[in-house]
Amino acid sequence: MLNFILSRLLSAAVVVIGVSSLVFFLIHLVPGDPVEVMLGESAQPADRAALRHALGLDQPVPVQLFNYFNGLLHFDLGVSLHSQRPIAEMMLERMPATLELAVAALLVAVVIALPLGALSAVRKDTALDHGARVISLLGISIPHFWLGPLLILIFSLWLGWLPVSGREGFASLVLPALTLGTALAAILSRMVRATLLETLNEDYIRTARAKGLTEYTVVLHHALRNALLPVITVLGLQLGALLGGAIVTEMVFSWPGIGQLTIEAIHRRDYPVVQACILLISVTYVLVNTLTDLAYVWLDPRVRLHEDM
Amino acid sequence: MRVMRLGLPSSILLLWLGMAVFGPLLDLQPDHIELSRILVSPGADAWLGYDDLGRPLWDRLVVGARTSLFVALWVVMISALMGTAIGTAGAYMGGAWDHVIVRIIDIFLAFPGILLAIAMAGLLGPGVDNVIIALSTVGWVGFARLARAQVLSIKQRLHVEAAVAMGVRQVRIVVRHILPLTLAPLIVEASFAVAGVVIAEAGLSFLGLGVQPPAASWGSIIRDGTRYMLVAPHMVLAPGIILMLVVLAVNLLGDHLRDWVDVRTRRVL
Repeated sequence: MLNFILSRLLSAAVVVIGVSSLVFFLIHLVPGDPVEVMLGESAQPADRAALRHALGLDQPVPVQLFNYFNGLLHFDLGVSLHSQRPIAEMMLERMPATLELAVAALLVAVVIALPLGALSAVRKDTALDHGARVISLLGISIPHFWLGPLLILIFSLWLGWLPVSGREGFASLVLPALTLGTALAAILSRMVRATLLETLNEDYIRTARAKGLTEYTVVLHHALRNALLPVITVLGLQLGALLGGAIVTEMVFSWPGIGQLTIEAIHRRDYPVVQACILLISVTYVLVNTLTDLAYVWLDPRVRLHEDM
Repeated sequence: MRVMRLGLPSSILLLWLGMAVFGPLLDLQPDHIELSRILVSPGADAWLGYDDLGRPLWDRLVVGARTSLFVALWVVMISALMGTAIGTAGAYMGGAWDHVIVRIIDIFLAFPGILLAIAMAGLLGPGVDNVIIALSTVGWVGFARLARAQVLSIKQRLHVEAAVAMGVRQVRIVVRHILPLTLAPLIVEASFAVAGVVIAEAGLSFLGLGVQPPAASWGSIIRDGTRYMLVAPHMVLAPGIILMLVVLAVNLLGDHLRDWVDVRTRRVL
């Protein structure tokens, strides 16, 4: 067990170092001279030299890399070229909005997916099952950047029920959370249906039914609990899609989170901020995935006991 | 049911291909600005209406179909070739090489969803060629992982061992005895990748990181449309519906292809 945890943490550390290096080299992708791109062609040579020095680009690449990692270890992410503020401070400001959106979307997804997937499995091959599967297929195929405007059109402009954009109170959270949560709900409900169908074929379910338990108890207390284990892994993996989708969703709804900061920084050519945002989102993803792996081992006694032996 | 599963998706796919391939032959004016027709709703003279600059929306959608097909084909081709080559090399050579390749794959998988593509497209600057580079950088990983898993299992088979024992050259073993057996799952992966790339290209264009005006992409049309939703909802609805139908059709056909390739389920169909 301890070995498993250590090896999982070690490989997560290797990935985080790799991701950070890749993000470091991203700035070298900028065609031509990044300093010229950031300042524009009309910039004075003195300004260019100053910026080049401020970014450390006048030093050899190994030194740059060392300084970069040294900064990361001290949570020093540099300064924004646009606002001249520390990037870490800007991100801390934006973080709560993104977290709020992600958690709300996750809730939306689980609240839709569990009943839909379970009903679909219990009523397999009925009209209800077919309907649920068509809905989930639509949910998977509809991109955030279209579902968002569509929901705004219907619920904000035509019906006037909810605000168009911004982040002011609960009402403004509803549409962004629905937009971001729908695709995840679709994937999860397919997963719940598949694993529940498999679980319902197990011997212990037949035993439970033979004991005369109600179908309700069998499905809810015996089958669903075990069927949810693989769903947790999928949830962890899908968090990546959720974080990626959050960027687009935040842009659609002018939601003041990390995603909006990223895109704004790209359009302003504020590359240090872009780098820091990309790094933050991907490191979060790696950490959550590692935690999911560990949680899975902890939740499933079969895996846990097996590892102990 | 069969019509739903095959007929409908195939016709949508053909419509998309038709728009993309034969679009330039039609008498279209996607860049013709008619100031008196700005944001005019669908009607007799333009069945999908006009956009915010008075350009006919249908003509713009046809050009957008071309953009999305062009990007999808290039990205899937580059990703499939690169990914298969890297994954196969890792699995076949094994040892330290394989270890390094697995680590690289892990690192690329650590970027959630479209994030790396957004970063790359943002830094490289807008334009179709940069969109293709950005999406291929993300796309090869799926193919590499799949090819690696396939080759690892096929490598153990008797016919490969026999070929090794007979002294067949390594390149020939890979090309003649291993790769053909990995083709089916890779083709299925490619079909799903097309759907993914179509959404991703539109997504990048929606964020302003894709094709540049006056060129058209379904994503950039939706982006322009969001500013005029109350007066001209057709600007958001039309490109979105066609985009979703194409993605849905490709996914359904991909499902079908996967079932057909998998001999175990073929009899059921």
